[in-house]
Amino acid sequence: MDMADRRILTRRHLMGSAGLAGLALASPAWAAKTVRLPLPGGPDERPLTSAFPQKGSMILQRTRPPLLETPFEVFDQGVFTPNDRFFVRWHWSMIPTEVDAASFRLAVRGHVERPLSLTLAEVMALPQVEMAAVNQCSGNSRGFFEPRVAGGEWGNGAMGNARWTGVRLKDVLDKAGVKAGAVQVRFNGLDNPVVADAPDFMKSLAVDHARDGEVMIAYAMNGKPLPLLNGFPLRLVVPGWYATYWMKMLNDIEVLDRPDENFWTKTAYTIPDTPGANMKPGQTGVSMVPINRMVPRSFITNLASGAQIKTGAPVAVRGIAFGGDTGVKQVDFSFDGGKSWETARLGKDEGKYSFRRWEAHFTPQSKGNYTLMARCTNSSGSAQPNEPNWNPAGFMRNNIEATPVVAA
Amino acid sequence: MMRNIFGFAFASAVAFAALSVAAKPVNLPKSVNVKLPDGLEMFEGAGADAINNNCLVCHSRGMVLNQPVMAKAGWEAEVAKMRNVYKAPVNEADVPAIVDYLVRTKGTK
Repeated sequence: MDMADRRILTRRHLMGSAGLAGLALASPAWAAKTVRLPLPGGPDERPLTSAFPQKGSMILQRTRPPLLETPFEVFDQGVFTPNDRFFVRWHWSMIPTEVDAASFRLAVRGHVERPLSLTLAEVMALPQVEMAAVNQCSGNSRGFFEPRVAGGEWGNGAMGNARWTGVRLKDVLDKAGVKAGAVQVRFNGLDNPVVADAPDFMKSLAVDHARDGEVMIAYAMNGKPLPLLNGFPLRLVVPGWYATYWMKMLNDIEVLDRPDENFWTKTAYTIPDTPGANMKPGQTGVSMVPINRMVPRSFITNLASGAQIKTGAPVAVRGIAFGGDTGVKQVDFSFDGGKSWETARLGKDEGKYSFRRWEAHFTPQSKGNYTLMARCTNSSGSAQPNEPNWNPAGFMRNNIEATPVVAA
Repeated sequence: MMRNIFGFAFASAVAFAALSVAAKPVNLPKSVNVKLPDGLEMFEGAGADAINNNCLVCHSRGMVLNQPVMAKAGWEAEVAKMRNVYKAPVNEADVPAIVDYLVRTKGTK
């Protein structure tokens, strides 16, 4: 369908429903409940929806192309995020709703000795590997930026952790034979822009990164095929790096002998080349670089802001942490707004790129307000900062979160 | 290994390799065929024709309605970005009406 046809079709749809427009509610009829995220200055109310295929109850950020956020209580239920609650983010709305497993092909081409067109069975015949790894949107928590910035207005739920099963990208590239002089490897998926001349969503990695033996092509997540909206049938897994690189519905791998000039690699998804990707609003002349490695984060998952606790009784506080591009070394907990810290107990190590449980206890000695905080330090010694960062795209937030509770 | 009050296991500090050879075989995935919500709900109120006729081609209205309030210059920049960067087929003549609607409904007070 070309752009003009699509436009006419869309307009016809719109005209067909025009009579109902006056009756339309702020939330679609299938959105039964709403949640507050809450975002400074609002709007912070979002519908909860179960209208998306292979998905349970999700926070609706955008219907088309889908942006679905994981409700935060899911992160208290375990370190692995269920497939049907895993966040969803698409750039363009031309997403195939049907994928035929038998006719699907993964192309490997460009600066290689032997261009390939692999069936799913051929991909799966390579040595099978698995890894637990956090997949986090570059703009997770964007809605908390102050001053606010335009974009997907996420709370903290544009992240998830899964056990990914698949093959090493290196093994696929070796099968094709990367030629000397290769610079980058570019990944493309089955999705397409609505408008023909708009930039197709593609991302690239340096060839050495692509061949590091850790980057994977996954065909299963938590032991099951990927939900279509999470990239069925194949998805790139780039452990420790932001989700923008984790190409969904991966069907094309192109080895380049020159740097990738495409919009999504070169221009979009860039951050200030400063510590913490931090700059001042309105600051000019800041050098920008492509977003890359994740940074440590931690969250309290069993107590929400404003929770009531009992004076004089021990309170168990638990949560999740991840180290970003390496493991969790330590999580510290504070109940006095960061004046004093104690080391939390860490849960099972599922691998350095995974969420990790932590747990701490404290006893509020008197009635009143307490500010709970968690701080993750990763295996490289990098710790979450006290102050939030700011940049115009709302990327890489990882400051220490504060959870105010009341002892009664 | 011991269990705490929450019932999840706490292991001693054993470092697991991030990537391991998977033991469990995974079957060839079956084909999928799903339906996505169409997201064609329209912008409401006076002066919504231009935004409905142009912006809903690429995205549902929630993308706009969930944005924080912005000054007129911010909304002009957003519309320009949609046209120039993402090649949105927005008629130039409709741009003022789109910006007006955005400023009226999502502008800084």
